[in-house]
Amino acid sequence: MYLTLVFLPLIGSAVAGFFGRFLGKQGAAIITTSSVGISALLSFVVFYEVALCGSPCYITLFPWIDSGVFHASWGFLFDSLTAVMLIVVTFVSAMVHIYSIGYMEHDPHVPRFMSYLSLFTFFMLMLITGDNFIQMFLGWEGVGLSSYLLINFWFTRTQANKAAMKAMIVNRVGDFGLALGVMAIFYVFKAVDFSTVFATAYEFSQSNFLFFNMEFDQLTVICILLFIGAVGKSAQIGLHTWLPDAMEGPTPVSALIHAATMVTAGVFMIIRCSPLFEYAPNALILVTIVGALTAFFAATTGVLQNDLKRVIAYSTCSQLGYMVFACGISNYSVSLFHLANHAFFKALLFLSAGSVIHAMSDEQDMRKMGGLITILPFTYAMMLIGSLSLMGFPYLTGFYSKDVILELAYAKYNLDGNFAHWLGTISAFFTSFYSFRLLYLTFIADTNAYKSFIKNAHDAPLIMALPLIFLAFGSIFIGYLTRDMIIGLGTNFWGNAIFILPQHLTILESEFIPASIKLIPTIFSISGAFIAFLVYHYYSSTMLKFQTSTVGRKLYSFFNQKWYFDPVYNEFIVRPVLSFGYNVTFKILDRGIIEIFGPHGIATTISRLTKKFSQFQSGFIYHYTFVMLIGLTLLVSWIALWDFFIGWVDITLCFLYLITVLFYNNYTSNINITKNN
Amino acid sequence: MVIDLVKYLTVSTVLFLLGICGLFLNRKNVIIMLMSIELMLLAINFNFIIFSVYLDDLMGQMFALFVLTVAAAESAIGLAILVVYYRIRGTIAVEFVNLMKG
Repeated sequence: MYLTLVFLPLIGSAVAGFFGRFLGKQGAAIITTSSVGISALLSFVVFYEVALCGSPCYITLFPWIDSGVFHASWGFLFDSLTAVMLIVVTFVSAMVHIYSIGYMEHDPHVPRFMSYLSLFTFFMLMLITGDNFIQMFLGWEGVGLSSYLLINFWFTRTQANKAAMKAMIVNRVGDFGLALGVMAIFYVFKAVDFSTVFATAYEFSQSNFLFFNMEFDQLTVICILLFIGAVGKSAQIGLHTWLPDAMEGPTPVSALIHAATMVTAGVFMIIRCSPLFEYAPNALILVTIVGALTAFFAATTGVLQNDLKRVIAYSTCSQLGYMVFACGISNYSVSLFHLANHAFFKALLFLSAGSVIHAMSDEQDMRKMGGLITILPFTYAMMLIGSLSLMGFPYLTGFYSKDVILELAYAKYNLDGNFAHWLGTISAFFTSFYSFRLLYLTFIADTNAYKSFIKNAHDAPLIMALPLIFLAFGSIFIGYLTRDMIIGLGTNFWGNAIFILPQHLTILESEFIPASIKLIPTIFSISGAFIAFLVYHYYSSTMLKFQTSTVGRKLYSFFNQKWYFDPVYNEFIVRPVLSFGYNVTFKILDRGIIEIFGPHGIATTISRLTKKFSQFQSGFIYHYTFVMLIGLTLLVSWIALWDFFIGWVDITLCFLYLITVLFYNNYTSNINITKNN
Repeated sequence: MVIDLVKYLTVSTVLFLLGICGLFLNRKNVIIMLMSIELMLLAINFNFIIFSVYLDDLMGQMFALFVLTVAAAESAIGLAILVVYYRIRGTIAVEFVNLMKG
């Protein structure tokens, strides 16, 4: 059953992908949806067995890599952490599958789409069930690949191509950190399976190893490298730029990427590696700060975005910041709780946004919507539930995890805890502000849409509405129902899945912080919602005046242009790297590294050298005598001082000099050619 | 007879260096260049003779005679080339003697 759960989506994907043209749209949709749906049902059973009955399950299939001490096997690990993730991934994925049947109805490539969706789910399942780092890495790269395929699903659109490539490349930066981290783990622990590494983490703490020829604490280096991987995958500040651009894909894809698969992988990986992170306090500080900054940055950016999906994308980025800094303050269970809750309401928000976009004939700009509350009452209700849950309205799902995260950060009573707490609290204000701005502009404000759009607008058909209803129930009740089980004081739900050093525990302290601090997030989010409503309903002309003033325009464009991350990256990183890629790696290495070493390079070098030498023949006798004398002097002194020089000269370097000369010759001759042209 | 080798060798080295300097620094007169070469040969000759006396070995003086002969022949050839060159080019100024330019 456990293996069926993992491999059903793969089978569904393969069938729909390879035989899609025989199955047709309906057939492919039914096969993939039912396989993922069965997976979802099975994952509830797994949850019951593993998490509720407390019996973690290891399945080792057969060895994968067996080379010396390096041993990785195809193994599956089901503990409480995996079980919770399984529910989130398969349930949301199943909802997205059902929704896609309706949403992609008119697309000619439904089988391909469904196949990619299932593949995405499969790789995410591999990632969360792997029992060693190598298998996790396989899933990790697999979700990267599937996200590329899905973002690029409408591959005739240039924007989609660009966004997909950006997602792939930015993720590669993070993957490079993760890969180095896994290699460092193997170097230090001589093992890559979780059980060995985590059990022996303590033995390797407080000791140094050489990294870049400098001595560092080895666990700190490993954790920071792993965290770089998480930064890429979970879109933390610095490598977040791919996430908003990924909105170019179809909306169900955005829901899947943002709620269940892909972005949760980074957070999941940090939670999984909690025993390592616990012994690397410096890495934890970094995690906290980066997470808090992301939460704040993304929330402020989301406030002034105009694209419906982009606002929700930044909200995901912001919520991921919360999850990451919850890990940074050593509250992994709370982080995972928020991850699960977030999956429900974010999937709900995205799917409702999808149904708005569907209704509005693919219009995504909120400024061109408005007044949809009368036409799409159902979608409005769903969006409202999702937004309230997201902003942490009391007793909805988001409330239980978000407030706990902020309280725990406060109860840390140190610099990074306070930093995270205040940034998180301010972000809570912005979160509710942009949620209500979104609701207001889309549904309540006077309409700005074209008449033809409004005339054709219709509420979601049943097949799209069903997933929304399920997710809405999740967004309302999940937090309340599972709170005590997952993050309750002294719960034994997690077993050995999560490790927290006793001195890092703050769950008890958080019960004793002042009531005013506890109330602040709720007050902030409710006031944020009111202010958004007031500003856009009553003071919109004042806002416009402010927005068009000098200072206002600067502020507006700063936040609307995402803090200018993209221009700075393009100018200072992308362009130099691109020109390096064209001039060096493509034009020199790819096109002719052998040519430069071999026939062409040697021939041109020698002919150039002979030209140089013949220029050297001035014909004046005194020049010849001079050269003869100098040459003789050098030769004599070389022979006389041979023993003295030989210590400095490395003969093997000569080969390098030779190659350098060849490259230099190629380079200068290219320059001459361009000059002559 | 024991001679002070260092003093004699210094003289011959100085003579040799003078010959080299003559070759380098003189950029006008080809006759002086020939004389400088002659001077260098003589400095070497001097070495031969010194060591022949010092080691009490006649072979060095024999060699000195050979060198003198060769030097004379070489000077003769050099001067002959100059005469022919002057007939062809009408000048022997060194600045213009660069037929070997690559």
